[in-house]
Amino acid sequence: MSIDIDTARRVAKLARIKVEEGDLPALAGELSNILTFMEQLNEVDVEGVEPMTSVTPQRLKRREDVVTDGGMQDKILSNAPDAREGFFAVPKVVE
Amino acid sequence: MSDLNKLTIAAARDALRKGDVTAAELTEACVSAVEGAGKLNAFVHQTPEIALEQARAADARIKAGDAPAMCGIPLGIKDLFCTRGVASQAASGILEGFRPEYESTITQQLWDAGAVMLGKLNMDEFAMGSSNETSVYGNAVNPWKRQGDDTDLTPGGSSGGSASAVAADLCLAATGTDTGGSIRQPAAFTGIVGIKPTYGRCSRWGVVAFASSLDQAGPMTKTVRDAAIMLGAMSGHDPKDSTSADLAVPDFEAMLTGDIRGKRIGIPQEYRMEGMLAEIEKLWADGAAMLRGAGAEIVDISLPHTKYALPAYYVIAPAEASSNLARYDGVRYGHRAKLGQGDGITEMYEKTRAEGFGHEVQRRVMIGTYVLSAGFYDAYYNRARKVRTLIKRDFEEAFAKGIDAILTPATPSAAFGLGEMADADPVAMYLNDVFTVTVNLAGLPGISVPAGLDAQGLPLGLQLIGKPWEEGDLLNVAHVIEGAAGFVHKPAKWW
Repeated sequence: MSIDIDTARRVAKLARIKVEEGDLPALAGELSNILTFMEQLNEVDVEGVEPMTSVTPQRLKRREDVVTDGGMQDKILSNAPDAREGFFAVPKVVE
Repeated sequence: MSDLNKLTIAAARDALRKGDVTAAELTEACVSAVEGAGKLNAFVHQTPEIALEQARAADARIKAGDAPAMCGIPLGIKDLFCTRGVASQAASGILEGFRPEYESTITQQLWDAGAVMLGKLNMDEFAMGSSNETSVYGNAVNPWKRQGDDTDLTPGGSSGGSASAVAADLCLAATGTDTGGSIRQPAAFTGIVGIKPTYGRCSRWGVVAFASSLDQAGPMTKTVRDAAIMLGAMSGHDPKDSTSADLAVPDFEAMLTGDIRGKRIGIPQEYRMEGMLAEIEKLWADGAAMLRGAGAEIVDISLPHTKYALPAYYVIAPAEASSNLARYDGVRYGHRAKLGQGDGITEMYEKTRAEGFGHEVQRRVMIGTYVLSAGFYDAYYNRARKVRTLIKRDFEEAFAKGIDAILTPATPSAAFGLGEMADADPVAMYLNDVFTVTVNLAGLPGISVPAGLDAQGLPLGLQLIGKPWEEGDLLNVAHVIEGAAGFVHKPAKWW
């Protein structure tokens, strides 16, 4: 399976990573090589095999549905590139 | 006592308890070793004030007779672990300036046991790499050199700074993490011991996530005994990690009896790769002979899906990474790109991630995005998860036939030169993990033990793979190899 430039552009968009037009051909080539390597998986007979969901058989623990932590707005905002009036600040989202 | 930084954890613990040395003296020796080792670029954030304060507290505890094994032991911490108030950036530009308000469960357990933090250690960005060349801090360097050759070598990756620091005696031990071989490969490249425990043995809480179903932290140490001691302090159930196992943690050190008589050790034929280096093949045979000499039975086994482990890994790990790394968006922490006139929130995400992530991380995020995208999810991601089931089944069948542990080489070669793989295909770099990655896919414990030198005088490691939750038995078999191989070589100091 080979990835063309349009697909590379679409993948970069989905991943929210800006890739300059001029860099797309090289990216497409790299992604194609990796996918070719992965295609060995098509040799395996996986008929009737369940996809793995948990590597160690375990039942997830349950607990009471109660608040266990919180009330630390200042700590949560302390690393934000831009925080104002107790909120994360971002560029305008709605017109 | 001189050269206190060269002590093992076990020797330091005994000397501390006897009062022959103080934690403060031990810490000062390590702090000055770290300061003198800038050329290795292993420590990327040094915390000598925290270290000396913790050392004084440890001395008080030792004096009071309340001293767990790790009390007063100076450690290096991989940059992937969040440490309160201390830079924790996973060697990425996107976490520039990030100082967590919380402490990872594993490091908290180590500090509660009295251990001392010397600082944060270099690594591949987000633990994605096998040579420590993808780090925003620049390469970590292996303290070992080829005989008569001054080329700087890789300490391996992703826990390259951890491996370099322990091998160069900058600290007594270090934490590492292992998603596809990131503890075991660097340990093998630097002549130290590294164990990846069973998935769920150590809490992942507060450890920056790469591929959550594969990530496991573990100790990187100078000896197998030290690995047993430190693993005990790192292990245990944590309600904050839903995949952490609620199982009792045995006294791993007490299990190092050296008695492996009657144990059945499997040699998987599929690991005998085409083009395997003769010295790796010899090391492997020597390792089997050592175990046979100690009374174990060596049995040929088959793990038929081995060949498909790397391609399955390179679907599953990037898929999980693309999801985990979605959180780096320039909103809550770390880097945010400068925006142009009219740029909205989408441009903010795209520019921030393009500037903040390095090349290999971008490539893996995009591969992960692709294999999870509509139309390809079944063909790649679901197929890889089915193959993962088969890989795990291979091991289960071997263990069901009475195999106690499996012996393989740790890496396909000794450490290579920094930059030597620069022009190679990314897939060629991925091949470093060929012997280790199956263990992550199956969630098993695996350990790398130094077992010999190659023709150029570089360390080589053997890997042992154990049954789930049987780290104690695994460490005991590794202890036998360590004793029989008698690996005592150290790199000559040039840094």
